[in-house]
Amino acid sequence: MDTAAPGGGNSGRKVIVRVKRRPGTREEAHWEEFALDWRPHMNIIICLRDIAERPVTRDGHATTPVSYEANCLEEVCGACAMLINGVSRQACSTLVDSLEQPIRIEPLTKFPVVRDLVVDRSIMFENLKRMKCWVPLDGTYDLGPGPRIAPEVQEKYYPLSRCITCGNCLEVCPQVNENSDFVGAAILSQVRLFNAHPTGAMHMKERLAAVMGPGGVADCANAQNCVEVCPKQIPLTESIAEVNRQAIRQAVLGWLLG
Amino acid sequence: MREPKIIVVGGGLAGLMAVIRAAEAGVPVDLFSIVPVKRSHSVCAQGGINAAKNLKGEGDSTDRHFDDTVYGGDFLANQGPVKRMCEAAPGVIDMLDRMGVMFNRTAEGLLDFRRFGGTLFHRTAFAGATTGQQMLYALDEQVRRFESEGKVKKYEGWTFLSAVLDDHRISRGICAMDLKTMEVRTFPADAAIFCTGGVGAVFGRSTNSVVCTGSAQSALFQQGADYANAEFIQVHPTAIPGEDKCRLMSESARGEGGRVWVPKKPGDKRPAKQIPEAERFYFLEEWYPKYGNLVPRDIATRAIHKVVYTQKMGLEGAPAVYLDVSHIPRETLDRKLEGILEIYEKFLGVDPREHPMRVFPAMHYTMGGLWIDNANQATSVPGIYAAGECEYQYHGANRLGANSLVSCIYGGMVAAPAAIRYARGLDKGCESVSTVVYENERRRQEQINDSMLHAEGTENPVTIWKEMGDWMTEHVTVVRNNPDLERTDGKLLELADRFKKINLSDRTYWANQTLSFCRELQNMLVLARVITRGALARNESRGAHYKPDFPDRNDAEWLKTTRAHYDCGTIKFAYDPVDTSMIPPRARRYDAKA
Repeated sequence: MDTAAPGGGNSGRKVIVRVKRRPGTREEAHWEEFALDWRPHMNIIICLRDIAERPVTRDGHATTPVSYEANCLEEVCGACAMLINGVSRQACSTLVDSLEQPIRIEPLTKFPVVRDLVVDRSIMFENLKRMKCWVPLDGTYDLGPGPRIAPEVQEKYYPLSRCITCGNCLEVCPQVNENSDFVGAAILSQVRLFNAHPTGAMHMKERLAAVMGPGGVADCANAQNCVEVCPKQIPLTESIAEVNRQAIRQAVLGWLLG
Repeated sequence: MREPKIIVVGGGLAGLMAVIRAAEAGVPVDLFSIVPVKRSHSVCAQGGINAAKNLKGEGDSTDRHFDDTVYGGDFLANQGPVKRMCEAAPGVIDMLDRMGVMFNRTAEGLLDFRRFGGTLFHRTAFAGATTGQQMLYALDEQVRRFESEGKVKKYEGWTFLSAVLDDHRISRGICAMDLKTMEVRTFPADAAIFCTGGVGAVFGRSTNSVVCTGSAQSALFQQGADYANAEFIQVHPTAIPGEDKCRLMSESARGEGGRVWVPKKPGDKRPAKQIPEAERFYFLEEWYPKYGNLVPRDIATRAIHKVVYTQKMGLEGAPAVYLDVSHIPRETLDRKLEGILEIYEKFLGVDPREHPMRVFPAMHYTMGGLWIDNANQATSVPGIYAAGECEYQYHGANRLGANSLVSCIYGGMVAAPAAIRYARGLDKGCESVSTVVYENERRRQEQINDSMLHAEGTENPVTIWKEMGDWMTEHVTVVRNNPDLERTDGKLLELADRFKKINLSDRTYWANQTLSFCRELQNMLVLARVITRGALARNESRGAHYKPDFPDRNDAEWLKTTRAHYDCGTIKFAYDPVDTSMIPPRARRYDAKA
């Protein structure tokens, strides 16, 4: 049961939230402030839902519910990445009690804003395509079991396969900006994953060719911000270093063998 | 030969599998999804996927899997489809393995298997505790490969509104809305496969994702597609209650040795770690010695309810019990369960490797769904197919853990070729249907949007949704009583009436989430009644459906499929016989020693 409905709390404690609003792609952004009733275990999603149920600013002006992306609410779908008090993170796993108030909520800055907190991250999926991040199959009919994989190998690469394509690593990367095509850490880490799989490795060459192209691994400037914000603690810098080694090896071999 | 035109709605496991099968067959396919498909709810599946690979020398077989599934479902599932699914399961695992799913391994490099509820065999392949996520990604990557080859076109950020039916009530495509521009558009297709998942939002808070509203199923139901066994709702025994959602703590925690207990002394205020072994009540192990903590979910959920509400033994008097993995070595926990333990730690700030988790049952899954035939995943509307959680076929009255992922993939594998066969057999394809048919449907949907946007009432849709969820959770989940069900139906009618007086605080035509939510809510209110009235009618107890006034299974009167039909605004029920030709129904008991 809800301990209190928005606007009718009993503890009297308030949560002050400032949201950066932008009605559309052409309009200017502005800030709105809300005073919400505090409840235990509140996260940012609950704050945004409270606003949707009572879209009235702190100074009493009627407004619209905040547009935002969210789905699983347990930090495994990657949808709800945003800037919270200036930090790029998932809204669902950000608990109000861990934050300084007023809480500032803004959209990610490295992706085009659609409305309010909704941004368009389709570039990440396009880049997965560009880097050929898949294991090519002959078909899905019954062709028997896959290759054997040692437990240590599985344990090393399983963490890479937990990437939720949230975009936090791109948000904090200085190399991801208007003047660059850098695909970012998440994508390069996926390249490493598919290069490691016994079947995926058979197609490493074309993946590395893409990695050596524009926006590839050479664009990383080693700021190492990515690994700090990754909600899944993926060893992103290790991945980039590994892919870089693979790319150099392929380039050198290509040069030696003509 | 003309190329058939196939649409898939929903990009979770079932939808992506259907897309892959269609693309492999060389048939172009359009894929519609509310969220980018990689963010679909399948990512939330944690524990694993069942297949009788018998890699542990236990003598497991697909027949055993078949029997466990039918018995676990209290004999309500049609046995033919279940048998075929269990037989296909080992091949499904092999396919996923070849796609690169990072399944846990044995020393020999083979797939590792764990135990799950409702079976005595190690039958569940797993990738840590994020198996659904890994599987979804593997299928997503294959679809992306086909997309790059031009065989698949994705419409991500579109929501389904309705099917386009011609004068003969044959489906000729879909009508959908772009969630950014709010444009309403029709898409002609010979066949559409619906893989739109669960209905968690009907219950307010559940373990489901935000998009699991059942809206698409309800829209199709209101257009004439029958809906079966709606009253069978799975309540998962172990979730962390939350105001925004109930976060699942996978059955795999118990599969790896986790134990459920409460202090023997009601109201015991000592921290869990200070309560000695002898003063703990391991009620599942005591009541069900053979299966212990791995009884099926309906059994475990009712046991927790009994301990909390009848025996008043909830933790410090609260509705909660312990799920304890703190006795398992840290290294094992991190290797096999990290994904879920991390969720507990992040959302509650307590390390479950050290302290027992506080959990309580939460709405989790619908066994019921769109009615489909026994061979082709075809709904009762020609041209509409369904696969995954949104259909009713494989789990009877209660689903066994780790069977959902199999049914998703298997359903998608069956649906795509069936839809293609149907499309190829059509006398005339969607291109020969009059444009007026599409035009009318688009206009009808736009009018619904306009009337919602301009409604001048006083009701807030979020408030109506919350009230619906609270009523459904209180009266239509674990324990059901007819007077309460009657009252709930009355409440739902009241809410539907109040819905007519809504006021959208957002009236713009740009990324208007309030409007799309209202469209979903309207459909949820109908589906909630199908569930409630289905439960009201069924005067017996079977699987997840439990009525204290009718505590026994009643095969003579109720071994039948509930089939709801929408007829000019009223919900009518008919009942179909169940195919029990292979395994004769027997009493379902997990407390027996045998």
